[in-house]
Amino acid sequence: MSAKGRPEREHRSAQHEGDLIRASFDAALHEYLLRLADSPLVLAQRLTGWVGRGPAIEEDIALANVGLDLLGQARMWFAYAGEVEARIGGATVARDEDTLAFHRDAPAFRNLLLVEQPNGDYAQTIVRQFLFDHAQWLLLARLQQSADARIGEIAAKTLKEVTYHVERSDDWVIRLGDGTDESHGRMQRALAALWMYTGEMFAADDVDTALADAGIAADPRVLQQPWLAAVDAVLDDATLARPQQANDQRGGRQGRHSEHLGHLLCEMQFLQRAYPDARW
Amino acid sequence: MVSADVGIGLPVVLAKPFAGEAGGERRGAWQVLGEIMDPEVPVVSIVELGIVRDVREADVRISVTITPTYSGCPAMNAIAEDIGAAFARDGRVAEVVTTLAPAWTTDWMAPEAKLRLASFGIAPPRSPAPSSIDVTGISPLRRRSVAVACPHCGSMETSLTAQFGSTACKALYRCNACREPFDYFKPH
Repeated sequence: MSAKGRPEREHRSAQHEGDLIRASFDAALHEYLLRLADSPLVLAQRLTGWVGRGPAIEEDIALANVGLDLLGQARMWFAYAGEVEARIGGATVARDEDTLAFHRDAPAFRNLLLVEQPNGDYAQTIVRQFLFDHAQWLLLARLQQSADARIGEIAAKTLKEVTYHVERSDDWVIRLGDGTDESHGRMQRALAALWMYTGEMFAADDVDTALADAGIAADPRVLQQPWLAAVDAVLDDATLARPQQANDQRGGRQGRHSEHLGHLLCEMQFLQRAYPDARW
Repeated sequence: MVSADVGIGLPVVLAKPFAGEAGGERRGAWQVLGEIMDPEVPVVSIVELGIVRDVREADVRISVTITPTYSGCPAMNAIAEDIGAAFARDGRVAEVVTTLAPAWTTDWMAPEAKLRLASFGIAPPRSPAPSSIDVTGISPLRRRSVAVACPHCGSMETSLTAQFGSTACKALYRCNACREPFDYFKPH
């Protein structure tokens, strides 16, 4: 019997229900953290593909540094995801950042379809970055106020870096869009090729809405209008036209990816899969 | 003791750690840390850089709290190792703890360190660092670059070459007067 005379079984059942709610909440949080981690990880891997091949040494270095920022951001989200795993299943099953990055297969990845798209020409790399950076900036700005203190801390830290990414991307979109006929044409084609993936950044599913209701996540839907306004302003300066086609290609955040991700992971994960526990 | 209760986005210059009220032992720990140079900017110590947030001592055991400059800064591991090695030389054991909040800002950099940066050929960050907190408009995202003085000849006739230089924390500039390229430690 509990202190208030409530039958023990009823008490236990209420406690069990609380545990279940907590467990399903942690599962949603874990899913959300993987989404936050996987997009910067995959984009970092894409960007570092330019190392040694950039069109100019400054750009080679810049893309490597943006990639490095994104990799650092992914690590912080992974570390937190691993801690939530420990809370859910115990310390023995919890994965560390390396295991999460190197030992999951493509369907377990939760990144946006946009970031797994190939580097293409430099226009495609810049446009992909530009579309992502603006959405990421708005997302992190919101997450600074997350009811989850850890998410708020990581967001505040990374927002400062993403601000530089946005500045850099804006400059390049304007320079190449309002450049030569050749660069303008390439930028317009890159926009047309990537636009279909942009809607995914603003689509909400049950995980997003449950956590947004709790004040922990940002509802992606509210980011769309400010994103469009920011993107439109830069495209306007760049003399580029915003594509009018549909942009609802999605599924990456639920684990349904284009074929490109598998190829990317083959390269990224090769060493750790072939030589488990390799250290250097 | 360094106070870290600073609101996010409100850069505040912290009390100079050397002037702390603690006794001889505490002073010693800060002095050891003050002699550890940043691996990538070897004229500035990690204390002057503002990344040492707290030091706690219990006999030979020392706990040092540091905060990363940038999320992906590859120097953080080296810095943690340097801290361990520096205290080990005194027969002490240092544990390094990382904290994220409040987020590091170049406004914590010591004024004398900024002067030394300039003499090293790196233009120091302007202060206060611009805020990136405003989400209501699009203009904060498109801050125009401001004039940066050339650390070689002092000319203000300089232009941005790339947003990222030899490390993530620096941008690449060139001087239109003396024609020298230089790094600008970005306000952050």
